[in-house]
This record gives sequence, C-alpha cells and structure tokens, in this order.
Amino acid sequence: MIAFDWLTLLIVIAGVIAVVMPTVGYLTLAERKVSAWVQDRLGPNRVGPFGLLQPLADGGKFFLKEAPIPRHVDKIFFLLAPAVSMAIALVALAVVPWGGTQPPPDPVATQGVEPAAVVQQYADTQGGYAKSFNGVIVPGLDVGVLVVFALGSLAVYGVILGGWSSDNKYSLLGSLRSSAQIISYEIPLGMSVVGVLLFSGTLNLEGIIQWQKQHGWFVLFQPLAFLLFMVSVYAECNRLPFDLPEAEQELVGGYLTEYGSLNFGMFMLGEYTHMITTSLLMTVVFWGGWSLFGLEDRVTDPIWGAVVKCLILVTKTGFFLFLYLLVRWTIPRFRFDQLMGLAWKVMIPLSLLHLLAVMLVRQYSLSNWVLTAISVGLFLAAGVYAVAFGTGPNNAPRRRVISSPSPPVGEGLGVRGS
Amino acid sequence: MNLTVVLFAMLAAVTAASAVGVAASRSVVRAAVWLLFTLIGVAGVYFLLGAEFLGAAQLIVYVGGTMVLMVFGVMITNQGPFAVLRTKPVEWAVGGVLAGGLFVLLATASLNFVSSGKTPDDPLPGISPIGLSFLGVEDGGKSYLLPFEVVSVHLLVVLVAAAYLARAKRRVNQVASGKEQGTNKEDTRQEQGVTP
Repeated sequence: MIAFDWLTLLIVIAGVIAVVMPTVGYLTLAERKVSAWVQDRLGPNRVGPFGLLQPLADGGKFFLKEAPIPRHVDKIFFLLAPAVSMAIALVALAVVPWGGTQPPPDPVATQGVEPAAVVQQYADTQGGYAKSFNGVIVPGLDVGVLVVFALGSLAVYGVILGGWSSDNKYSLLGSLRSSAQIISYEIPLGMSVVGVLLFSGTLNLEGIIQWQKQHGWFVLFQPLAFLLFMVSVYAECNRLPFDLPEAEQELVGGYLTEYGSLNFGMFMLGEYTHMITTSLLMTVVFWGGWSLFGLEDRVTDPIWGAVVKCLILVTKTGFFLFLYLLVRWTIPRFRFDQLMGLAWKVMIPLSLLHLLAVMLVRQYSLSNWVLTAISVGLFLAAGVYAVAFGTGPNNAPRRRVISSPSPPVGEGLGVRGS
Repeated sequence: MNLTVVLFAMLAAVTAASAVGVAASRSVVRAAVWLLFTLIGVAGVYFLLGAEFLGAAQLIVYVGGTMVLMVFGVMITNQGPFAVLRTKPVEWAVGGVLAGGLFVLLATASLNFVSSGKTPDDPLPGISPIGLSFLGVEDGGKSYLLPFEVVSVHLLVVLVAAAYLARAKRRVNQVASGKEQGTNKEDTRQEQGVTP
C-alpha cells in the first residue's frame, strides 16, 4: 500500500486544482477564439493582450455575482447537482496518466522455482517499480479503464439532479434527453474499448501504453474503434453535435436554465474537465500515450525524459481538445431521433462487428494489419449499405408538413411587422 | 488515527445518512436519489477494502446503469397518487421488525468474525485471479463460465420479451386507431410517396 501523509495529499489536491482551473479557463477562451476564427470574427480581445486575461475576468465575475435560488426549486438537490458534476469530473482525472508511466510488474511465477529465488525476484520487480516515476495520481490501478467508465457514467447525475430540482419543464426535458443519450452512447463507448483490452490483456492504462510502445499504436490497427470511441465521448460530454440536453434554441438552456454565478461555473468546470479527461483517455488508449516512434527514448536523462514524455502526451491531448472545439463550431446539432438512430442503428452494430473481427484476429493469430483492413472495410461497407439500402437522408421531417395559413399583415402576433 | 479509519468513517456516515434518507423521504424522486448515494457509499467501501473490481462493477452496473433508469422512470411517472408516499403504521412496524432482525444478525456475524490475518500492507489482489477462476484455470478446474452464460442469455430473453410486449401493445392501437390518425411512420411515408 502507498504510504500516506496529509502533506502529500494537500499538495496533490492543490496541484490538481492549480492545473485544472487555469486549463479550463483557457479552454473557454480558446473556445471563444476558435468560434471567432471559424465565424471570421475577432473574438474576445479587450482584457489583456489578445484577450489573454479574459478567463481571469470571467472567473472573478463567477465569484462576485449573486447566486439566485428560485423559490420553487428543491434546495438540497439544486445545490448538490453542480457539486456532484464537478467532483466526479475531478475524481476521474486521478486515474488517467498525464506523463511517462511504468506498468506495474506482472505476477512472479512460483512453479518450478526455488522459494528464495521467487522472493528475490518479487522484491526486485516491486522495488524497481516503486522507484520508477509514474505520471499518474493513482498509479498501478488494476481496473483503470473500468474506473474511468464508472465515473464517466456517474457524470449524468449532475445533469439529472440539476434538471429535476430546477422544477421547470425545460430543465426536466433537458435532463431526460441527457439520461437517454448517455445511456445509449455508453454501449458503443464500452464496446469500442473491449477490442483494445483483448489485445493489451490488461485494464491498466499504463499497461495499455506499454503494449502500444512495443507493438504500435492502437489507432493504426483499430481505426474504426477509435472513431466510435471519439463519437461516443463527444456524446457523453454533451458537446455539439450532441448537445441536445442544453439546446438553447429549444430548451432555453436545458438543465442550466435556473443556474447562475458559481453554480453555473461549477457545471462548466465539470464539463470542461470531462473534456480534458476524455482527451487524455483517447491519447492514452488509442494514440500511444507518451510514446512517439521511439523519439522519447533518445533523451536518456531521467528528469528530461519525464519532461519530454509529459510534453508529448500533453501535445497529443491538446490536439484532441482543439478537435473538440473545432467540431463544435463546424457540425450542426442532431435532431433527437437522429441522435438515437446513430447510436442504436449505426454505432452499436458497427462496434459489435468490429469486436467480432478482433476476436477472429486474436483467435487465429492473424497479423494486426488484417484488423486495420477489416476496420476500414467495415467503415466503407457501412457507407455503401447506407447509400444502397438506406431510405435517403435522415433529415426528412417525421410528420407531414402542413403549411399554416399566414395571418394578414398587421394582425396576429405581428412578429414580422413589429 | 490513520487514513483507513477516517475514510471508513466518512463513507459509513454517507452511506448510513443517505439510507435514512431513502426511508424517511416522502417524495419518490428524493428516495431514489438518496438510494443512489447509498450505493455510491457501498462502492466506496469496496474500494477501501481493496476490492477494486467489485467497486467499479457496482458503480457501472448499479449506479451508472440501473439507478439512472430508475431515477429516469421515477421522474417521468412522478405524478398523481405515487408522487408522495405515506407509510402506514403497520408498514412501519413490519419494516422496523425486519430491519431490527437484520441488524441483530449482521452484528452477531461481525462480532464473531475471525480475521483472515491480512494486513493493509499486503499487496492488493488484482483482477487476474477473478478472471482465472472464472475460466476454471485455478480453483481445481471448476469453471463458472457456463452458469454465467446461462444467466446472461436469460437476461437477453427477458429483454427481447419486454421489447416484444411493448411493441405488441402499440400494434393493437395501430389496428384500432392508427389508420385514422395517420400518425404512424409507415403511413406517413406512404402518403408522402417515399418508398421505405
């Protein structure tokens, strides 16, 4: 068991907060800058040079504004919801690697070896592991991936509690949408990772990185799994094109409608932290974590080596965060039936077929590149199937469109006239 | 006072307090949400005991899966006579006797518990022993794979049956009123001239 003392704990907590808070702050700034860039605007540029102090101003505003609590809400759950959202997002960050890692040693074989030799070997491997540097807050967790998914599935409770306790129909609709969405997308999310686990043979995230270091990144062998994983993760994070729970044109703000000030800020913090966690996860599970074609091994100095590995991982993660922002301002929102259709009719069958392919490749010890071919083939086959046998674009209205008689000018609501 | 005791005290307090909340709250939705925190607390105790796999499974299956559906269902049906629960005195009595009996049983069992001699400094058991004994590699070749498969196929049958029942109900309505209303998907498509 890892030795514990209060000082280390406080330092770790302070460190996590000190890293996460500014990152989230600058992510919000980046979001606005990217949106401005996409829409050919300037974006925030008043506070500090190039608007770089904007997050500071935003944060200060969150603290100083009044926190209104409407009279009709369920007070306990109304205040609990943002805290749940933020706490779960922060806890999930603890098991995801952010720097160079060393997988925990395998069990020592005891059969046919002298007891003394076994003890010596055990002490050596454990001692070597204890001395190695690990860029994870909780290293050596055997069920790493499972814990991340478990905490990810808890994230929906912040939304559900917030929506229900706000006690108005828009919030409730938002939270109902959110729970249906997250339950649906958890299935392809989990199944896309099972293929990776079948190859790496471990749930431990450090072990998965080690496998990729030796055999090549998983995205090379299972590009389809990565695509499914990425899309599911976007849905889990409630990001566009899956932001139905807070669709502002339809639901005001969904579950966020009644929140203001720091409560709203905590929801935002949770959401962006979730984005960071999932970007790290994509990097670690599919893009080789801290490895970069052996370049990181050129640096032999242990301290500089750790720095380089951390930089590689952070750069890859930054790329995925940027992709998050770019997708948000590029792809328009789905309709709810399209969202559900995508999960149940496209992604789950595809992930099942992909899993079958992984099992076949493992069973008959085929080359990993066969799996790449199958992955690409499945992707293309799905497209061909949709074009050949589908019912055309899925954006036709579900009900019959009836043209409503337009009121004479000057009567009715006068929306156009006034 | 070491960390284990502090953590256990916190987890036990959360679990017990939210369990009281389940029993004491009148609103169904609140009861469901308090049950959620009870389950999270129990998962925390599993983690504290080093049963990481059990803790994670509890979080995924019960908290992340079952409870979401329950809270979801309770929120939608939170209308009319079931919105507020009123417990009758008889129910209090029966529940109290059952709870008291269970408490006595658990207290006796835990007082007679013989420690397995492991200390917190022992290495934690991983998930590989679970997988190996599951497949019958360890434990004298006794495999648990077949019972597990039987149970999972059983669950699948139940799911398919539930989906079938839900569909069948709609078909009856369709025959009765679907044609007139024309709200049915196929009907609409035919009216629009779209071939399915």
